[in-house]
Amino acid sequence: MAIVKLQRPKLNFGEKIYFGALIKGFILTMTHAVKTLRGKSVGAESLASSGLGITMQFPEQRWDDHLPEYYRGAPALVTDEQGRERCVSCQLCEFICPPKAIKIIPAEIPSDDPWAKVEKRPLEFEIDMIRCIYCGMCEEVCPEQAIYLRKDYLITGLKRADMVHDKKRLYEIGGTRVGLVNKWNELK
Amino acid sequence: MPELIFQIAIIVTKIVILTFIVVLPLVPVSVYFERRFSAVIQDRVGPNRVGIPLTLLGFKKDFHFFGLIQPIADGLKLFLKEDFTPAHVRKAFYWMAPALTVVPALITVCVVPFGSPISIFGHVEKLVIADLDIGPLFIFSVASLSVYGITLAGWSSNSKFPFIGGVRSTAQMISYEIALGLSVVPVLMYYGDLNLSTIVQQQADHGWLLLPLWGHDADHTLVSKLLFWFPAAIAFLIFTISIFAETNRMPFDLPECETELVGGYHTEYSSMKFAMFFMGEYAAMVIGSALIITLFLGGWSIGFGLDARVAKLHIGDVNFGGLIHMGCFLTKLIGFILFFILVRWTVPRFRYDQLMKLGWVVFFEAALINVFLAALIVAAPELKGTIIGIGAVLLVIVTAAVIWVAKVSDETPKILRA
Repeated sequence: MAIVKLQRPKLNFGEKIYFGALIKGFILTMTHAVKTLRGKSVGAESLASSGLGITMQFPEQRWDDHLPEYYRGAPALVTDEQGRERCVSCQLCEFICPPKAIKIIPAEIPSDDPWAKVEKRPLEFEIDMIRCIYCGMCEEVCPEQAIYLRKDYLITGLKRADMVHDKKRLYEIGGTRVGLVNKWNELK
Repeated sequence: MPELIFQIAIIVTKIVILTFIVVLPLVPVSVYFERRFSAVIQDRVGPNRVGIPLTLLGFKKDFHFFGLIQPIADGLKLFLKEDFTPAHVRKAFYWMAPALTVVPALITVCVVPFGSPISIFGHVEKLVIADLDIGPLFIFSVASLSVYGITLAGWSSNSKFPFIGGVRSTAQMISYEIALGLSVVPVLMYYGDLNLSTIVQQQADHGWLLLPLWGHDADHTLVSKLLFWFPAAIAFLIFTISIFAETNRMPFDLPECETELVGGYHTEYSSMKFAMFFMGEYAAMVIGSALIITLFLGGWSIGFGLDARVAKLHIGDVNFGGLIHMGCFLTKLIGFILFFILVRWTVPRFRYDQLMKLGWVVFFEAALINVFLAALIVAAPELKGTIIGIGAVLLVIVTAAVIWVAKVSDETPKILRA
């Protein structure tokens, strides 16, 4: 690589004195300050600011309306149009989960059940939200399109026990999702 | 005997009120303004939530108090932090250093005039703790003691970065003390008096040094005041910049910033000792602003001839005009502190060699030449025209000589070979 010799720019007298630059700087800074106080800083509109600068002040304004479609929130299990739980407890998500937040106990679907063809469903399905890193690998790997990452990000609790989402809670967060591939019950 | 006790009681009251109720709370106030104003300059909000937790008392919503409780929360945090002393420090100096930084800054509050005299039932009281006849000298000499605090902090921490930070800060503060002292001499020559209360009273009567638009009379003609405006403005600039350097404040905060990644001379300090360094820095900033306002911007004077009227305001036997003047003084003080913060976010910091060059080569010479210029202008009405002319020519020659010497002795960087 060729060596490039850089020359320091020669400053004229006005630049060396530095006061002109100082005054310009003061005007720049004060303009920012005045614009912020009026709520008209650059980018205030697009960043949905609270009226002071470009900051969105948290509990009063949330980012929820501006979440992109690919945002990864808390994982949840879904049921399909016919009320069947889609998860078949194959445990692929448990094995791929990097912090091992998912714990599944698979169980058999008894042969007299209308969905006996599916053969397996989870007896217990727990996601420890303290461990979950919201990476989305469980959603990627699931062959049944059963687990999705929702847009909910404010998971809080006062005890460690409160932060473990069990199967009931997961189906509650997930709800019903339509339009997916139905392997076990082709809708004709 | 009762007279003496009465006097002592008044002095103690003044000390308690002026130092601990007016100046010391200005430190958390300036911390609050620093954070808020910095945030507003940077397009963000700043602390606005620490308030009174009314929900604990059963109300529906907390009252956020505009974040004014934030400095109290900061102070409480620093108070409750663990105050440990590392094993490798020199204990005596380690403990002494923060005190040596904070105490001189607070002692200099004594001579700052906060307002015009108030009178309660006939007893006139000046709003200054100690009406010394050597005002600025006292401030310079006591403020120089805080250099010891920083030096000891840097050295006793027994560690590389604090040491370098301490040494740099010491060198910087000593360098700018010369410019500080010299730049005030023109002002003192003009007023002929070092008593700060007298200086402010004169400014109230005949116009601020930088805004001499009222109070013209035979001794203080408009022409002479406007003519003196030039050395006064140069003195104001040099003095303000030297105060920035003295308080280690941007753009001169190399000692506490470049090693800011580590912390400079206050790296090894925690909780209350760190709080004392912090307080010392902000108190020095407050006192520096107070001095600038007193000498150049009229102190407590509201200006434009209104001071005489305000000083006479009274309810019955109590003259409270002085308190209104104190309010004016504090307003100017807060304005100046906001200016300090504005400069912090406007100017990038100076490199250490640039800093030293400014102090020794630029400001020292400029202050010295300013003294001669001011002397010429102050003495002009009494001298004959020829002498003024000779004086002016001499001044121009000396200025040119100084600038030439500075240029010639400036080392040109060697041209790098390819």
